[in-house]
Amino acid sequence: MLKIEGLTAEVEGKQILKGIDLEVPTGEVHAIMGPNGSGKSTLSYVLSGREGYEVTGGTATFNGQDILAMEPEERAAAGLFLAFQYPVELPGVGNATFLRTALNAQRKARGESELDAMQFLKLARERMKALAMPEDMLKRGVNVGFSGGEKKRNEILQMALLKPSLAILDETDSGLDIDALKIVADGVNAMRGPGFSALVITHYQRLLDYIVPDRVHVLMGGRIVKSGGPDLAKELEAQGYAAVQAAA
Amino acid sequence: MTTAAQTGAAGFLARYEGLKDHLPGARKPWLNALRADAAVHFAARGFPTRRVEQWKYTDLAPVAQASFAEPLTMVDGAIALPVPNAKHRAVFVDGRFRPDLSALEGLAFRAGGLAQDLNAAEGLLGALAKPATEPLAALNTMLFEDGLLLDIPDGVDGGLLELVSIAVDPGRPFAFHPRHLIRLGAGARLTLIETATGRGQCLHNPVFEITVAEGASLTHGRMLQEEVTVFHLSTIYATIAAGGTYDNFTVAAGPRLTRNEIHAALTGPRAACHMNGAQMAADGQHVDTTTSLDHAAPDCASRQTYKTVLAGRSRGVFQGKIHVHRVAQKTDGYQMNQALLLSEEAEIDSKPQLEIYADDVKCSHGATVGALDADSLFYLRSRGIPESQAKAMLVEAFLHEAVETVTDDTLRAALTRALDTWWARQRKTA
Repeated sequence: MLKIEGLTAEVEGKQILKGIDLEVPTGEVHAIMGPNGSGKSTLSYVLSGREGYEVTGGTATFNGQDILAMEPEERAAAGLFLAFQYPVELPGVGNATFLRTALNAQRKARGESELDAMQFLKLARERMKALAMPEDMLKRGVNVGFSGGEKKRNEILQMALLKPSLAILDETDSGLDIDALKIVADGVNAMRGPGFSALVITHYQRLLDYIVPDRVHVLMGGRIVKSGGPDLAKELEAQGYAAVQAAA
Repeated sequence: MTTAAQTGAAGFLARYEGLKDHLPGARKPWLNALRADAAVHFAARGFPTRRVEQWKYTDLAPVAQASFAEPLTMVDGAIALPVPNAKHRAVFVDGRFRPDLSALEGLAFRAGGLAQDLNAAEGLLGALAKPATEPLAALNTMLFEDGLLLDIPDGVDGGLLELVSIAVDPGRPFAFHPRHLIRLGAGARLTLIETATGRGQCLHNPVFEITVAEGASLTHGRMLQEEVTVFHLSTIYATIAAGGTYDNFTVAAGPRLTRNEIHAALTGPRAACHMNGAQMAADGQHVDTTTSLDHAAPDCASRQTYKTVLAGRSRGVFQGKIHVHRVAQKTDGYQMNQALLLSEEAEIDSKPQLEIYADDVKCSHGATVGALDADSLFYLRSRGIPESQAKAMLVEAFLHEAVETVTDDTLRAALTRALDTWWARQRKTA
C-alpha cells in the first residue's frame, strides 16, 4: 500500500505540494482530480523520483519502504510505474530493445532470470494484441513518430509488460479519442486485482467512466481538499472545481 | 646523420632533399616537377598554425615539434589484418602497397599500388589537390611513396572493395603520406570500405584525389581507428560530375589527433554529395572534421550530418563550408552537426559557413550541443533501467542514428561495429 503523509515539495524554489495525506490500499484504484496547476503532475514526479522536484517535508512509503530515498530505477524495481503525460521520444533506441532492457533490468534487480529475445517477443506480441497495437511499433524508435494515442498505448504496453504493483497514470486520457480511451482503460482494468493498485490522475471525469475508481480525491492548491466515492467525480463534473473549493 | 635532430617542417624538407632522387617516380619529370613545386609551398608555409583560419581550433604543434622519420625498412612477413568486410581488398603497411596481403584478383578494373603504376597516374595525380594553399597536401605530394590507384572504366560496377592501412610501430616516431587516386568513369559504381589501424608514434597523412564522372556513384566508408599515439591527418579532394554521387561516411575514433578534411566540388547538374560521420574522443584526444563543399553547377544536392561524442578532457571541431556559386541555381544544401558532451571538461567548436551567390537556393544548417537529455534519462530510469545503462543506451542511440542513412548493409554493419568498439572501450574506462 502507498501511504503519503504531510508531503511537501517544491520546484525551482516554489512550493507546489503543501502537505499531501493520502493512502491507497493494495488492490484499490484511486483517482486524483484537480484543476491545472493544482500539483497533480508534481505529485506523480515526486513519487517517481524525477530530478528537480525537491521534497521539503513529509513521507511516502510503498509497502513499508521509504520510496523517497530510492533512485528512480529502484522505485521501478520495487513495483512503481509512472505512465507519463508526455511520453518521451527516444530516436535511435528501438522500442523492442527498450522494453526488453527495462523488463530484464527489473527482473535482474528482483533476482529473477532475464528473458531472451524470443521469450520477450512472444510476451510482447501477446500484450500488444490486447492493446490493438500494430507489431511494427516494436521495431520503431521509442515513441518516435507515434501519434498521441499510440504513445499512450505504448505506456500501457510497458505497464502490462512490467506488471507494477502500483501504477500512477498521469493524465493518460489527454489527447485520446474515445476508442483509444477504451483500449487504455481496458489495459488498466485487466491489471486490477488484489496485487495491483493505481493512482489515476486526471483533469476530467470522462476517463473514470471506464476506469471506475474505489476512491476519488480532489487536489487543489497542493492539498487534498476533498475525498469521496466514485460519485464525487460526477459531482465535480457537474459543479466544477470552484464549487468544491468554495465548500472546502 | 644530423637530420634526426630536425623537427617539423624543416625535418620533412631535409628528408625530401635527401630522398628526392630515390622516391618513386624520381626519373619522371612531371612528377619531379610536382614534388619540387610542393616542396616550395611547404617550405614557404610550414605546418599551419592556429593563426590560419582553417586551423584555428586544431593545434598541430605536437606534430610540428616532433621529429618523424620515414619508415625506411620494409615491414614484411605476417601481419594481423582486420576482419575482412569484402572479398577484394588492397592492403597497405606503413603506406606501402602489399600485394601479398591484398586480394585483387578477378577485378574488372585497375586496382593496385600507385608506385608500381605511376604512368597510369599521370594526369590524375595532382589534378585536384591544392598544395599551394594546403600544407598537408604539399607535404604529402613532396614525400608520398605509394597509395591506392583505382580506375574504374565507364559503366563498370566495381562492387565492394576494401582499403586497409596498417601502421606498424618501429619503435621510433615515423611518418607516411599515402596518395590515393580514385577515378570512376561515367556510370561506374563502387563501394570502398576503408580501415586505418596502427600503433606507435606515427603521423599518417593520406591525400585522396577522387574523380566521379557523369552518372557514376562512389560510396566511401572510412573507419579511422588507429591507436591513441597516432596523428591522423587526412585530406580528401573529390570532384563530382553531372548526375554523379559521392557518399562519404567517416567514423573517427582512436587517434590522439584526427583531422578529417574533405573538399568536394559538384561540377555538373544533378550531382550529389553526402558527407556524414561520427567522431569520438576521450581524455587527451582531439577530433576535427572540416568540410568544404563547392556547389558549382545548378540542381545539385548536398547533405552533411556529423555527430560528435566527447568524453573526458577532449576536444572536437566541426567546420563546414558550403559555397554556392552564382550559376548553382536550385541548389539544395543541408548541414547538421550535433555534439554530445559526456563531461564538463570536453569542448566542441562548431563553425558552419555558408557563402551563397545564387538567388534560387535552399540551404540550411543547424547545430546542437548538449549533455544527455535529462527527460530521456529519467524516462529510461523510471522503467527500472539503471543510470549508467540508461546513459549508455542514449549514447549508443545517438551514434547509431548517424549511420541510419547508410544504405549499403555491409558498410553500415562495419561502421556500426566501429562505433560500438569505441563505445565499449569508453564505457569500460569511464
